[in-house]
Amino acid sequence: MDCKDARELLGGFVDRELSGREALEVAAHLEGCGDCRSQREVHEALRGAIGAKADYFRASPGLEARVRAVAALTSPPPKAAAPARPPRNWWGFGAAAVTVAAVLWSVGLFIALPSADDRFADEVVSGHVRSLLPNRAVDVASSDQHTVKPWFSGKIDFSPPVRDLTTEGFPLVGGRVDYLGHRTVAALVYRHRQHLINVFVLPASNGASDTPAKVFSRQGYHALRWTRDGMVFWAASDVELAELEKLRGALLSN
Amino acid sequence: MSEPARSQRFAEIALPHLDAAYNLARWLVRSDCDAEDIVQEAYLRAFKAFDGFRGANGRPWLLAIVRNASYDWLRQRRADDVTISYDEELHDGHISAEAGSANEAMVNPETALARADDRRLVNAALARLPAAFREVVVLRDIEDLSYRDIAAIASIPIGTVMSRLARGRKLMLAYLEQAEA
Repeated sequence: MDCKDARELLGGFVDRELSGREALEVAAHLEGCGDCRSQREVHEALRGAIGAKADYFRASPGLEARVRAVAALTSPPPKAAAPARPPRNWWGFGAAAVTVAAVLWSVGLFIALPSADDRFADEVVSGHVRSLLPNRAVDVASSDQHTVKPWFSGKIDFSPPVRDLTTEGFPLVGGRVDYLGHRTVAALVYRHRQHLINVFVLPASNGASDTPAKVFSRQGYHALRWTRDGMVFWAASDVELAELEKLRGALLSN
Repeated sequence: MSEPARSQRFAEIALPHLDAAYNLARWLVRSDCDAEDIVQEAYLRAFKAFDGFRGANGRPWLLAIVRNASYDWLRQRRADDVTISYDEELHDGHISAEAGSANEAMVNPETALARADDRRLVNAALARLPAAFREVVVLRDIEDLSYRDIAAIASIPIGTVMSRLARGRKLMLAYLEQAEA
């Protein structure tokens, strides 16, 4: 094989897409040709750079909602298993195959059922909608965090962080005790323009670490879930998702 | 298949590839809003055509539909983007006028590769590739698909996948070298 032939196949060689015979011939040529070897290095470096540096554009939650609507997907969403690449390396271990099958089977079960978070999101949105009924939003009406925070003590067995966020555009309206997922939770109510936002707070399970926000959408309402300092936060409202994110940012910044 | 069962099955096959679908459309049309519209349109087409889907692998099937929807959009709005000259396709001749004075033979790979460290320059070079080359580079180097899958998505022979990748990568080097660091 000469340099011209080798150069034509170099891309396929680097991508491991040549037939066994072609690959052997290219390898043999590379053995004896420094120029083509440096060409291969250029190929590999560029490939690596594109993979590592070029943007990967992920679908927004809004797009996902639109696409689900396309199929009128009323039943619960199977997302989980998808984007991960198959764990190729494992297949070599014959003994592990049984374990893998068991894991896949349980993943299958997991996909079929709505997750605990999905069910809780339903309750969060219902809780938010209930609070919009007349005189249901707050039990203690105050924009003063020093009034609202002590009000909770004695009513619930934990102390939620309470902050007024008027300067960030989310004035505190007040608080109430609500009942979600078979337990009492603190509900902090914020106003944003003409919209109310409920922030439900409950203790996280022991040793839970902080988690980033996860988005849930139900009947035109959005819910955001995150964990911080041993507390689980659920913010729910009909405001734009971006506004909920802003509120979350304000709550997180100390 | 009952309607709900059909929806459920479609969701299982098609939704896992939503990120890949959006990434491909976004790289082809280079606009967030338009890419979202195209992906929605593609899922609609896919859902309608779903009864004809028999394969085991939903990814190339779905991405082929996304790719066609993107090309339909490009043909209507940016016809120049999707035409590659005969010359460009078959020969190592000149890079279209758009590429200006780029002469691949003269590219200094070290300069080009040093710039490939810069996210912004890599994105700009990739965005500048003609669509036929951009799509194979995106599918191979970002999405990590096999030549066989790419061939199915772009409806071209595997040999053409290889030659377009080679051309696309060469052009990337030339664009990177020309870039203002």
